[in-house]
Amino acid sequence: MTPTTEADLAEIIGHASGPLRIAGGGTRSCGTPAPAELLSTSGLRGITLHEPGALTLVARAGTPVSEVRAALRAENQRLAFEPMDHRALLGTTGEPTIGGVVAGNVSGPRRIAVGAARDFMLGVRVVDGAGRILKNGGRVMKNVTGYDLVRLMTGSHGTLGVLSEVSLKVLPDVESAATLTLSGLSDAQAVEALSAALGSPFEVTGAAHDPEAGKTCLRIEGFADSVTYRAGRLQERLAPFGPVEVHAGKDATAATWAAIRDVTDFADRAGDVWRLSVRPSDAPALVARSGAETVRYDWGGGLVWLLMPEGTDLRANLGPFQGHATLIRAGEATRRALPVFQPENPVLARLSAGLRSKFDPRGILNPGVMA
Amino acid sequence: MEMPDPDAAILSRKANVVDRLQAVLPKGSVIHETTELRAYECDALTAYTCPPLCAVLPGSTEEVAAVLSICHEEGVPVVPRGAGTSLAGGALATADAVMLGTARLNAVLETSFDDRYIRVQAGRTNLSVTGAVEDEGFFYAPDPSSQLACAIAGNIAMNSGGAHCLKYGVTTNNLLGVKMVLMDGTVTEIGGAHLDAGSYDLLGLICGSEGQLGVVTEATLRILHKPEGARPVLMGYDSSEVAGQVVTEIIKAGVLPVAIEFMDRPCIEACEAFAKAGYPMCEALLIVEVEGSDAEIDAQLGRITEIAARHEPVELREARDADEAGRIWLGRKSAFGAMGQINDYMCLDGTIPVSELPHVLRRIGELAQDYGLAVANVFHAGDGNMHPLILYNANTPGEQEKCEALGADILRLCVEVGGCLTGEHGVGIEKRDLMLVQYDAPDLEAQMAVKDVFDPAWLLNAAKVFPLSVSASRRAA
Ligand SMILES: Cc1cc2nc3c(=O)[nH]c(=O)nc-3n(C[C@H](O)[C@H](O)[C@H](O)COP(=O)(O)OP(=O)(O)OC[C@H]3O[C@@H](n4cnc5c(N)ncnc54)[C@H](O)[C@@H]3O)c2cc1C
Repeated sequence: MTPTTEADLAEIIGHASGPLRIAGGGTRSCGTPAPAELLSTSGLRGITLHEPGALTLVARAGTPVSEVRAALRAENQRLAFEPMDHRALLGTTGEPTIGGVVAGNVSGPRRIAVGAARDFMLGVRVVDGAGRILKNGGRVMKNVTGYDLVRLMTGSHGTLGVLSEVSLKVLPDVESAATLTLSGLSDAQAVEALSAALGSPFEVTGAAHDPEAGKTCLRIEGFADSVTYRAGRLQERLAPFGPVEVHAGKDATAATWAAIRDVTDFADRAGDVWRLSVRPSDAPALVARSGAETVRYDWGGGLVWLLMPEGTDLRANLGPFQGHATLIRAGEATRRALPVFQPENPVLARLSAGLRSKFDPRGILNPGVMA
Repeated sequence: MEMPDPDAAILSRKANVVDRLQAVLPKGSVIHETTELRAYECDALTAYTCPPLCAVLPGSTEEVAAVLSICHEEGVPVVPRGAGTSLAGGALATADAVMLGTARLNAVLETSFDDRYIRVQAGRTNLSVTGAVEDEGFFYAPDPSSQLACAIAGNIAMNSGGAHCLKYGVTTNNLLGVKMVLMDGTVTEIGGAHLDAGSYDLLGLICGSEGQLGVVTEATLRILHKPEGARPVLMGYDSSEVAGQVVTEIIKAGVLPVAIEFMDRPCIEACEAFAKAGYPMCEALLIVEVEGSDAEIDAQLGRITEIAARHEPVELREARDADEAGRIWLGRKSAFGAMGQINDYMCLDGTIPVSELPHVLRRIGELAQDYGLAVANVFHAGDGNMHPLILYNANTPGEQEKCEALGADILRLCVEVGGCLTGEHGVGIEKRDLMLVQYDAPDLEAQMAVKDVFDPAWLLNAAKVFPLSVSASRRAA
């Protein structure tokens, strides 16, 4: 089913007699979806408003991310949270949609500096599991009118409602960028170096470490003179960690960080892929006991991508820890055996279930995806 | 503004409720004498007052949980209170409610500069959070003008913003985790020192929920290293259209200032009379601030002044040093104080798409004239968050009602042009009855359903946010 209007979408959901599996571009299968009828948002397409001077863009949920990016590029703007593209990592095809990005709260390396998709969300229109059309937030930059269902819907993976339209804050693109690299650091040293950079006034917008290549990367962006200046200051500040190479150039920097963002290193390697969000300084010790074949650090160490032997329960290896682990890529059997999302504490689990029962009383939206 | 009638049965049980609360709290933590309760009769929306049944000042999460358990058992409403600086009546009590104050919850619990966060008890004031980390060069970014007084708990409840949120975001963008007590006394943590939710973004839902979903007792906040420096430029124009155009062009040019503040003529005049900051007399004044090293600031200000100069400013003044910067900010920072000197005022905070600025300013002028009241405008222009200040005299019979009616018309206008009722102050009681201007019935039903999950008996700050008629059946249940 591929509705082309919000009213159709509401009609379909309102009259559905069984479970629905919601897909945007279908580039990501997540959770352990139960058998269900496919409901695609790809017919809800098009940018409905782009006001560059107000830094706002409103688009129907099924609009391809590429279309959004092209419209923004034409005005020298961008999605600052830099949503990753899952296709290489997951071996999927299809066209990622803006609604899918929002439903998954998908962000990239710049999350550490400017925030996640959730931080750029201004408003949503959504059809809940009862077929009600709901709106929350709007198209303006500051809005505290009533409860923030915008953030509740963002990252809810279509289990509380099907997004029909999203409104986003966008930012100007930058004039120039550079990548700074350090070599040969241990994981702990690397996280320390990244913390030193992120805790500086020099506005680092990417902080990653690749233990296999022994490379630690920082990104700075902005006006050309300012990039040069900050690169110099960071070299001084990071001197205790060894020599810092500076690779200036916007295109080269974009390529480096697109690969980090999409974890392309793991694309052609066998194994499960997990995503861990933790306090950066906890990361090296957690990695050490994770049983991972290899890892990639992003967000200054706060995000770890782990390549794990198939079927391994990462959470069991880690024991209790602060943060959350999500299973991103695994075979069917593993996904049935292990919860995809980090199990919540009993109080939050009760609240989440309560919310689900309010927004999807019949339990028909993406059942099995989040719980 | 109407408030629900207090429950007579609860009023008659006051002594019993006070006894039970005293039994679980340290001596001196329960305030119940009529004269002492005056201190808790209103927040910064001073036109509305009502002392609570009693006030409690717990000093730990456990004490908060004990208080809420008792109130839950007794069916007594609870109104959480931070510093009482809400401009929306968010912390206004009803006579049958226990006011839960966070004044004693003010400790710093943990600081990590490596991981860039601080964990504090939620009653700690906004400015003293920065105070706890600034020796290391760090700061907590959201900076409401009330930051000397307001508490992090109130900031979280209202999702407060500040002058610098164009660059740094508002509270929800800087909040990593909370410890919270639900109305039935259950304690839980949401989030922590890591980023983003592993499941639903309940933290995002709590932030801005106006004290209706739970009582926040601790908060983990993101801290940042201070910029090397900051400097403003001031520019004056003969029309607000032109000033609006300048704002748009600055934003499009790729310079992201930390703040763009806008003042109109009535506001400039009042500030000038009060603070003598040396502002030019004109229709629209902009203060634009950028950050970085000296050279970076020069470069950004160069781009900004080039845009500004193209539009024939009546004045264009760059701050060359801290002293001049201080002078540029002086008038803006004393705007509310200046207004308070001449008059009583009501401060609105609707947000509009920035492109609508000239139209909205013109319409506000016309509406003000129709009502025969003066309105001064001062606001965060970069993000369209307006602060029209309606001047009135509270001692003139009928004038407050007139002022509120004008305020409602201005907020309707904000919604009509694609904006919203409140950008940072919250709904409270003040904008409660306008919620249906912005939202349809199912939208409010969905929001109230969230409260049903967290506080099924609707005991927590229940007379706020939703029009009383809309929430009536839930509150009565
Ligand atoms: C002069 C002045 C300037 C201001 N400037 C700004 C500004 O620039 N930006 C801005 O956003 N706001 C501003 N405000 C509004 C106000 O300061 C903010 O809303 C502030 O966050 C309120 O904090 P508070 O501690 O005073 O909270 P209170 O007024 O005590 O309470 C506010 C709300 O928080 C709830 N609450 C309090 N404690 C808790 C808790 N522990 N758990 C759950 N809920 C709780 C209350 O029930 C109430 O609904 C200004 C106010 C004044 C008077």
